[in-house]
Amino acid sequence: MNIGQILKILDASLLTSDALPQKKVESAYCADLMSDVLSFSVTRSLLITGLTNPQVIRTAEMAAIEMVVFIQDKKPDMQTIRLAEEKHIPLLSTSYSMFDTCGRLYENGLRSHAYAR
Amino acid sequence: MPEIEEGIFFLTGKDFTNAGAASSSLKAVLERIGIPKDIIRRTAIAAFEAEMNTIIYAVAGMLKYRITDSEIVVTIQDMGPGIPDIDLALTEGYSTAPDYIRAMGFGSGMGLPNIKKNSDRLTVNSIVGEGTTVEFMIKLKDEAQ
Repeated sequence: MNIGQILKILDASLLTSDALPQKKVESAYCADLMSDVLSFSVTRSLLITGLTNPQVIRTAEMAAIEMVVFIQDKKPDMQTIRLAEEKHIPLLSTSYSMFDTCGRLYENGLRSHAYAR
Repeated sequence: MPEIEEGIFFLTGKDFTNAGAASSSLKAVLERIGIPKDIIRRTAIAAFEAEMNTIIYAVAGMLKYRITDSEIVVTIQDMGPGIPDIDLALTEGYSTAPDYIRAMGFGSGMGLPNIKKNSDRLTVNSIVGEGTTVEFMIKLKDEAQ
């Protein structure tokens, strides 16, 4: 699934300035616990979270996560957005809840690593 | 003669703005010298977990790395409270982290177990009241090769 599809499915806005239409993810993982992301997420994935601190970007960077969606209109501060831009990790913000964000992506074919094709 | 790449980064306790910067720099070194992506990911995750532990618990510390043609060795040495029971600290889910750390998404007792999971060898030495040294090694070559 590419970034354009995700933006559309989630009625999301892009917070980072990088135009990366070719960025794709193969699976998704959702958590507010970065320890879980570091333990259980996989590479080339989308992280869905309600946390907006800079450690989210660091976690995504270390775990080779492609992009991050913040739920319920949450937005990180400018410093965090700049860090993401520096690391070429697009940040998206959606008004949907965690449940609805995951549900909409699932409905459109995105799966967790365990079920990704 | 094999080429050796080594370096050191200093860590400041409670500096959450820059937490992860050392692991990020190490990741950039690994990318520059052409280490395979899966090994970079394992090293970066393990280093970041150890770096976060230092930022969370210690006053200060340092992250040292040494890359040879056969392995990556990362040593994180801190001036912190020390770990009274290392076996217990290596148990998944055991944590002494305060609530504000948990609110940041860390401190769920997965750090040391995750370093162990991502590395080929982990050693933890600690003296209560002085500090902790965590060293992990990741192989670049199978010994059979």
